Amino acid sequence: MIRTVARKIYIILIFIFLYAPIATLMILSFNASRTRAKWGGVTLHWYISLFDNREILQALWNTLFIAFISSFIAVVIGTVACIAINYMGKHKRAIVMGITNIPMLNADIVTGISLMLLFISLGIKLGMGTILLAHITFNIPYVILCVMPRMKQLNPSTFEAALDLGASPAYAFFKVVFPDILPGVLSGFLMAFTMSLDDFIITHFTKGAGVDTLSTKIYTEVKKGIKPEMYALSTIIFVTVLLLLFLINKAPKEKLD
Amino acid sequence: MKNNGIARKLLSAPYIVWAAIFIIVPLGMVFYYGLTDKTGAFTLENIAAIMSAEHAKALWISLGLSLISTVICFFLAYPLAMILANMNVSQHSFIVLIFILPMWMNFLLRTLAWQTLLEKTGVINNVLSFLHLPALNIINTPYAIVLGMVYNFLPFMVLPIYNSLVKIDPNVVNAAKDLGANGIQTFFKITLPLSVPGIISGITMVFIPALTTFVISKLLGGSKILLIGNVIEEEFTQAGNWHLGSGLSIVLMIFIIVNMVVSAIFDKDGEGSFL
Amino acid sequence: MKKISVLAICLAAVFSFMGCDGSPSGENGEVIVYNWGEYLDPETIELFEEETGIKVIYDEFETNEIMYPKVEAGASEYDVICPSDYMIQKMLENDLLAELNFDNLPNAKANIGAQYWEQSKEFDPENKYSVPYCWGTVGILYNKTMVDDAVDSWNILWNEKYKDNILMQDSVRDAFMVGLKLNGYSMNSTNTEELETAKNSLIQQKPFVQAYVVDQVRDKMIGNEAAIGVIYSGEAIYTQRENPDLEYVIPKEGTNVWIDSWVISKNAPNKENGEKFIDFMCRPEIALMNFNFITYSTPNDAARELIEDEDIRNSPIAFPDLSQYDNLETFQYLGEEADRIYNDLWKEVKSE
Repeated sequence: MIRTVARKIYIILIFIFLYAPIATLMILSFNASRTRAKWGGVTLHWYISLFDNREILQALWNTLFIAFISSFIAVVIGTVACIAINYMGKHKRAIVMGITNIPMLNADIVTGISLMLLFISLGIKLGMGTILLAHITFNIPYVILCVMPRMKQLNPSTFEAALDLGASPAYAFFKVVFPDILPGVLSGFLMAFTMSLDDFIITHFTKGAGVDTLSTKIYTEVKKGIKPEMYALSTIIFVTVLLLLFLINKAPKEKLD
Repeated sequence: MKNNGIARKLLSAPYIVWAAIFIIVPLGMVFYYGLTDKTGAFTLENIAAIMSAEHAKALWISLGLSLISTVICFFLAYPLAMILANMNVSQHSFIVLIFILPMWMNFLLRTLAWQTLLEKTGVINNVLSFLHLPALNIINTPYAIVLGMVYNFLPFMVLPIYNSLVKIDPNVVNAAKDLGANGIQTFFKITLPLSVPGIISGITMVFIPALTTFVISKLLGGSKILLIGNVIEEEFTQAGNWHLGSGLSIVLMIFIIVNMVVSAIFDKDGEGSFL
Repeated sequence: MKKISVLAICLAAVFSFMGCDGSPSGENGEVIVYNWGEYLDPETIELFEEETGIKVIYDEFETNEIMYPKVEAGASEYDVICPSDYMIQKMLENDLLAELNFDNLPNAKANIGAQYWEQSKEFDPENKYSVPYCWGTVGILYNKTMVDDAVDSWNILWNEKYKDNILMQDSVRDAFMVGLKLNGYSMNSTNTEELETAKNSLIQQKPFVQAYVVDQVRDKMIGNEAAIGVIYSGEAIYTQRENPDLEYVIPKEGTNVWIDSWVISKNAPNKENGEKFIDFMCRPEIALMNFNFITYSTPNDAARELIEDEDIRNSPIAFPDLSQYDNLETFQYLGEEADRIYNDLWKEVKSE
């Protein structure tokens, strides 16, 4: 009894720690004063002006678009790469895994500038496409790091058995291998999505004129002060995702998992 | 299965090509700038620059603060992961998302929110003074930097440990208990060793970003303490000296690679078990 | 799990659909503008587009240093850019700017005050490449309720009484400007001894400093978090509005008069449209809209005449009489070697 209470308290404390700044953001979105340093009373003004602000909404679409597409492509390339890496010899595998980790170590600004120079020298016009390429690049390592351990736990003979029973390799993969590594794939997708949402420096250098994401918008606002609309937008995003989560969690369980 | 060799090569091809273009090229640039001076001549000066008093001090402080943050993250995360691992399995994805959700809010906004909370006239101190408690003065000190690091990287420690704990076969734990091991013995002999891959992944995922961060020390540390991440960032953005910035990046990479090699020794499987 | 993945894929499909909107260029072509974040009233862009039929592709940066590599690499072929003084000089030295045709800039010639053209000569000696857009000074912002000494000199920032209540600028040149001016030197000094003296002053000051900040001075001063801060004059008016206890002072030892100016890049694909854009921004009523939006001082004398609020029109913060002060300077680009010396010394300060 005491143990369960202690556990609950512990979890609640950690949650307070994780969500305290988020709560602060949400409260600031109702602050009538433009500055975070002063409470000017409650207002819904920022929510109204948010929906009038085409640029912020466009940046939101760009952000979500880039995050979804780049994570999705990274998941496909990363998962396929994991299958291949899994079959490699020990040394080759070590080299490939080493290379995979490099983008995580490089300072963002180095990756950003060098990708920019690379695109320019290849004659690719900077724009949405180059942001996508850059994001896919820094997303792949997270996917591989998430999928690889699951892949290693896999019993290879189930796949071979499916083939022996007449399944095509693709069919065998989706029916036998994929369900087993799915949790890893989803975790990889989530990690990649998170990284993509937050990236600023690499996006800055690989984006074309006039293409903005929320991150680049927020960072450029720093000089004149962050617009409270950004707090309002964060609140909306947060509440939406939380609601979706609860809905999914409350929905009847499937046998999967 | 004679076609397998070719098929496997085909499978690895997209990633290898991708890595060659988008990973090796940036890395090559870092090495090019790091090993040349502004006339383009080869030099080791930018690497040796780490020995200068300011750089060495920045590196030591960075190593110290990231180490402390990693240790704190570990001791906060392990019990939490154990509690979560014992919960209803069907809530797995929900738990993962709940921990990753705060990270979906913009990093800069989150860190600024901490500033609002921690400042002398901030939210926490207002609450404390309302309750007639002494004020908390950690803003612009190393404590605030550690707090910022722990906050931002804690989920990266919780998730891999949680994943490795979930994977442990409950029969193994039960077997230990049947054989007369008490709770503490089971933990140290069974649970802890089996979760080592997750711990190693977690440590790497917390330690590396903590070592290279610069925004946290700027916003929460009042920029009064120079971390190696700040030095590198300023060489690129303020001093315009890409050569020195790259040289110091290479040094940092060496530290991190050492960290990875150490991890690899502990983690016999080679890749860790992140998630 | 399955549900989440289905959801994710559906959303991905939806967003990929929405992301693909082509942006048609205007009937009279386009102009690509690269400006500081929040540094222009968006309405003026709409007015420009309506009147000229030129589509504006608007892009923003947050520091000169992060803008420079993008322009140097020729990343996006920007037409109009708005860098600061010393950066304009650096871009000039590296041959990144196009000479302006002032026949296309009648409003600029007519409305920008003579003293600003004069000040611009420090970085654009013949006034051939840049048109001033915003300007200001750097000074001391202090809280009257927390400071009881007279504030007229940089040395208040070295007063032990205000330990932990002082906010310093967290950028090399701005910090050294204060250190150099305190000791009576030029803020463009490259003299090793002078720089060494300035460094020692800054090290001596460090124990009294609460934090080195860039943009946070504003919020921290409004929130009574500190008593004294080094701030750009453009922010001072805004902070006073939010917190009437704050007062802005230009120190007697002199300070930095900064100018952000419009320039056109060498490889601009739409140079003429760029000049149209710059000239449009120099119209009195448009310059006034921008002044009201960003509150940074405008060099546009005709626009200043239009300011209705007399207190602002004659505000000694927004429009100080520069002839009253000695030793006002504008930052110059000192070259790579000097940048490196400054940076090494700054690291020594920060590392203490």
